[in-house]
Formats: sequence, structure tokens, C-alpha cells
Amino acid sequence: MSDTTAYAAKSKANLTVLGILVLLTAVTVSASYFDFGFLNVAIALAIATSKASLVVMKFMHLGHEERAIHLMVVATCCILAIVIGFIFFDVAAR
Amino acid sequence: MTETHEYQLSAAGSRMGMWLFLFSEILLFSGLFLLYAVYLHQYPADFHAAGRILDRPLGSINTVVLLTSSYFVAMAVSSLESGKVKATVRWLAGTMGMAGIFLAIKAVEWTTKFGHGIYPGSPHLKEMNHGQAAFFNIYYMLTGLHAVHVCVGASVLFAVLLMVRSGKVRPEHPVWLENAGLYWHLVDLIWIYLFPLLYLVA
Repeated sequence: MSDTTAYAAKSKANLTVLGILVLLTAVTVSASYFDFGFLNVAIALAIATSKASLVVMKFMHLGHEERAIHLMVVATCCILAIVIGFIFFDVAAR
Repeated sequence: MTETHEYQLSAAGSRMGMWLFLFSEILLFSGLFLLYAVYLHQYPADFHAAGRILDRPLGSINTVVLLTSSYFVAMAVSSLESGKVKATVRWLAGTMGMAGIFLAIKAVEWTTKFGHGIYPGSPHLKEMNHGQAAFFNIYYMLTGLHAVHVCVGASVLFAVLLMVRSGKVRPEHPVWLENAGLYWHLVDLIWIYLFPLLYLVA
């Protein structure tokens, strides 16, 4: 019985996440038809990052993983920030 | 130490290995995204013009297809956790169907572009200016590498589907399904960034 209730709750949660993801896709596609200049890139990346966070937290259950994996996520983000940051110091200074 | 406890320990280790692999995949795609970002910075107008040639409605449909496939995998994992083996198989089959739809739409897009003479190394591409040619080369590289990941992911999911049916993957031993699911979500994650960067902002 409790298994069935838990399953129903999970199904509902998964469907809600899908609904939000599709909604955010509609928002990002609509936003692309307006010209905000440089902000277009920022808006698209911000929405993509919200969608990615939802997938990682809700579908990939990162919240339930152990600390070591959380630390690995932080490390990957740091590496990315260093690579992207330094290349853009160079590109922007040319 | 009970058998269950031992399994849980090794399952945790397997999942950690999978996450490590996913991070290396993210770094692989980051290199290409970085290439994209540098060229976008260099040729903003050309990227804008080239991006408009891509099929925005088809790209949007494919985004929804891939998001839905991610939902199907999440449901497969939830079903197995609750002991619903038959439902797990159905959700996995649904995911593979979605992967097929995604690749079919991608194939239509590519064939249309090929028909217009836009493919890597084509004479038409060489006549275009640098920025536009760079955009299409990066477009084919990113979407091509992503499509390879879709094929690999769908094959892995099929293998897991067979393992669920044969009972090798079962509610007490779900780690194969969990890891295949993680891989599939990564394929979705990469597309979440690919789609706006190629189809929308450029």
C-alpha cells in the first residue's frame, strides 16, 4: 500500500518537472523572437541553466547522492569556470 | 555484512563512477561550446544570419521530445523502485521510441540543409563568409556528436530493457537502470544548452 502511494507521489512529481521544463522551453523560444541585444544570450543561458538544474536535481536525484558526488559537481564547475574565464580574458583583450 | 548492504555499497560506487564519466563528457562538450562562444564573439552578425537558417519549430519540437524521453526514464526508475517491472519495460520502450523520433527529426533537418548545399566541406559553405561557415561547421560538430550520444544512450537503454525482462535488473538490483538513466539525462542536459545556443541566440 505505502509502495503504491509513494509511486503515485513520484509519478506526480516527475510529471510536474516535465511540465515546468516544457513551459521554460516555450518561454525561451518566445523570448528569442524579441531583440534584447546582448541580453538575448543571457536570458537563453539563464533559462537553460534553470532547466538543467531541474533535470539534475529532480530526474538525476543529485540531492539524494552522497557528499563526495556533490564535491565532484563543484570541482567540475570550478574547472569549467577557469577554462571559460581564462579564455575569455584572452579573447576580450585582443 | 549482509548481501543487501554489500550490494548497496557497490551500487554507490558504480553510481559515483558514472557521475565521474558524465563530468568527463561535460568537459568534452565544453570544449566545443567554448569554440562556439569564441566564434560568436568574433562574428556576431554572421552567427545571427546563419542561426536564422536553422529550423526553429523543428528544433523546438525536438527539445520537447527529448525532455519527454527524460521524463520516461525518470518514470522507469521510479517504477522499478516500486517493484513495477512491466511498467519499467514499457517506460524504457517509450524512451527508445522518443530517441527514434528525435533522430528522425534530426535526419530531416540535416537532409534539408544538405539539399541546400550546406554540409561540412561543401562548395557552397566555402563561398560563404568565414563566420557563417564556422557556424555551420560547429553546428554539424555539436549536433553530430550529440546524435552519436543519442544512439549510444538508446542502445544502452535497450540492453537495460532486456536485463529488466530477464530479471538481471530488478527492484533490489537497480543500478544498471539508474546509471543508464543518468547517461540519458546527460544527453538531455547537453541538448538543453545546444538548442538555445544554436537555434535561438545566434
